[in-house]
Amino acid sequence: MFETFLFVLLAVVTTIAAILVIVQRNPVASAIYLIITLFCLAGIYLLLSAPFIAVIQVLVYAGAIMVLFLFVIMLLNLEKEKKLIYRNRLQKVLGVFLGGVLLAQIGMIFSSVLLEGSKGKFPAEKVAALGNTEVVARLLFTDFLLPFEIVSVLLLVAIVGAIVLAKKQI
Amino acid sequence: MLAFVLIAIVKVLVVFTAMLLIVAYMTLMERKVLGHMQVRFGPNRTGPFGLLQPIADGIKLFFKEDIIVPHANRLIYILAPSVMVITALVSFAVIPFGDSVTILGHKVDMVVADVNVGLLYLMAISSLGVYGLVMGGWASNNKYSLLGAIRSSAQMISYELSLGLSIIGVLMITGSLSTVKIVGAQSQVWFVVYQPLGFLIFLISAVAECSRTPFDLTECENELVAGYQTEYSSMKFALYYLAEYAHILVISSLAVTLFFGGWQGPFLPPLVWFLIKVFIFIFFFIWIRATFPRFRYDQLMKFGWKVLFPLSLLNIMITGIVMSVIG
Amino acid sequence: MMITDYLPIFIFLVVAVGFALVTIFLSSIIGKRKITPQKMIPYECGMDPIGQARKPFSVKFYIIAMLFIIFDIEAVFLYPWAVIFKELKIFGLVEMAIFIAILLVGFVYVWKKGALEWE
Repeated sequence: MFETFLFVLLAVVTTIAAILVIVQRNPVASAIYLIITLFCLAGIYLLLSAPFIAVIQVLVYAGAIMVLFLFVIMLLNLEKEKKLIYRNRLQKVLGVFLGGVLLAQIGMIFSSVLLEGSKGKFPAEKVAALGNTEVVARLLFTDFLLPFEIVSVLLLVAIVGAIVLAKKQI
Repeated sequence: MLAFVLIAIVKVLVVFTAMLLIVAYMTLMERKVLGHMQVRFGPNRTGPFGLLQPIADGIKLFFKEDIIVPHANRLIYILAPSVMVITALVSFAVIPFGDSVTILGHKVDMVVADVNVGLLYLMAISSLGVYGLVMGGWASNNKYSLLGAIRSSAQMISYELSLGLSIIGVLMITGSLSTVKIVGAQSQVWFVVYQPLGFLIFLISAVAECSRTPFDLTECENELVAGYQTEYSSMKFALYYLAEYAHILVISSLAVTLFFGGWQGPFLPPLVWFLIKVFIFIFFFIWIRATFPRFRYDQLMKFGWKVLFPLSLLNIMITGIVMSVIG
Repeated sequence: MMITDYLPIFIFLVVAVGFALVTIFLSSIIGKRKITPQKMIPYECGMDPIGQARKPFSVKFYIIAMLFIIFDIEAVFLYPWAVIFKELKIFGLVEMAIFIAILLVGFVYVWKKGALEWE
């Protein structure tokens, strides 16, 4: 009962905030609504009994990545570029078409059996008993060791990329 | 279930009120201690020893003119101080301030919420505090505000990194993210003994995180007027102020929880021990304000990235090696 | 049950949001308003404001934010690792040492490139 209420609340806020992200004219306001969206998503993760993922969502997405977004938006100061946005008929038609396709896909998922599905190796009760973080950690650092180490290479590439992109300015 | 909800509501209200009271009297304590350190008296006219000063300040700020400058982005301008104060207050929820007691047959834990990702929750919520600065500074549409906001947000994220890494040593020893379990694990030895380097990094990063002297580049008066708060007045200004002190309170409580055994101690009741330890830290914050001159911004950023960050990684590796050797 | 653990936090959040909104609302009613043209211009130490406030700023800050994300993700991997470190023992230490070593290569690169200098 309480969970249903929370889910509806979070889902509604997430959806409204997500719509506001694309409707807003001001890029900074857009970014702030995106933060709200990500925060509410974390709440939904929590409802799915995944508190570790929920806090990571807030810590990394809302707490770190969005800071970069805001910095970049403020750094570029898109006042002049705002006027340059032109409206293309084709763009609109294509946008409506792709939106329709997405809606159809979502509808198909809802109508399929996907929502029922069978339980996996780690159902919510078992994870809650063992501790969410511990379960994630045990899998990550044993079974998924190689992907974990590859992440470090990926991050290395990101560091080099960030410096190379800004090289002229340093 | 109903009992649980009622207990939760009462706990939240009590903790919330207590936090506001402590924060109010922290401002008085700061002015008093600073005064005596500078051979002055500090506020002493309102009530005995100036004890009514915070209340007078609060009432005064309520009646101040609430200016919303027309060049500001209204909604974000109003939201920014609220974001700051909400994140600062709510992050306290996982700090244990006493042992569990039994009241009318219900076991009541002296912590608002004992969750198994407690520490990460605190880090995550306080990482959102940066938006209060950035939003406020940007929405004010003032050069000082924007410069102050950008500077202090860059400072905060830099030191947040070292802060986050410095507590990993503690996690390795306890093997849990739950703050209650971390306090429980210190019944014999405080973790400051096992983690001296970690504690040092934590302490320095904490001072920088709270934008306190010597790291108060945020409100570097002679360069930036008041930084991101320049255009704020009345209760919105007060909320920023409140958030700043609430942040100090949370960070002090976190330091006590992680490194100084939380509420544990002999003879006195747990809550008293917790408050004593927290107030020692708050005093420390005020003390260094009276002692140190301000850093330069380039020194600050260099120190954070080139000294604290590598040191915190080193601390993790040393802890790992020592633990592996000892077994 | 899991979600009930988080109920107090939810209540705390509601109380804090309520507190912030009520104080801002009350102060906007109670405080008197007297608008003068001077009060309404951006504060610039008494000078008339020159140009726009929202000027582009140094790319340094962008690099700091970028580096923060990358090393924050590193920290996020360290948290669960630290929690089960006692189980992993030497094996865990070695795998994390490799992980940190690879990232340190990037850190040294950033350092040598001078991205951490602020002159």
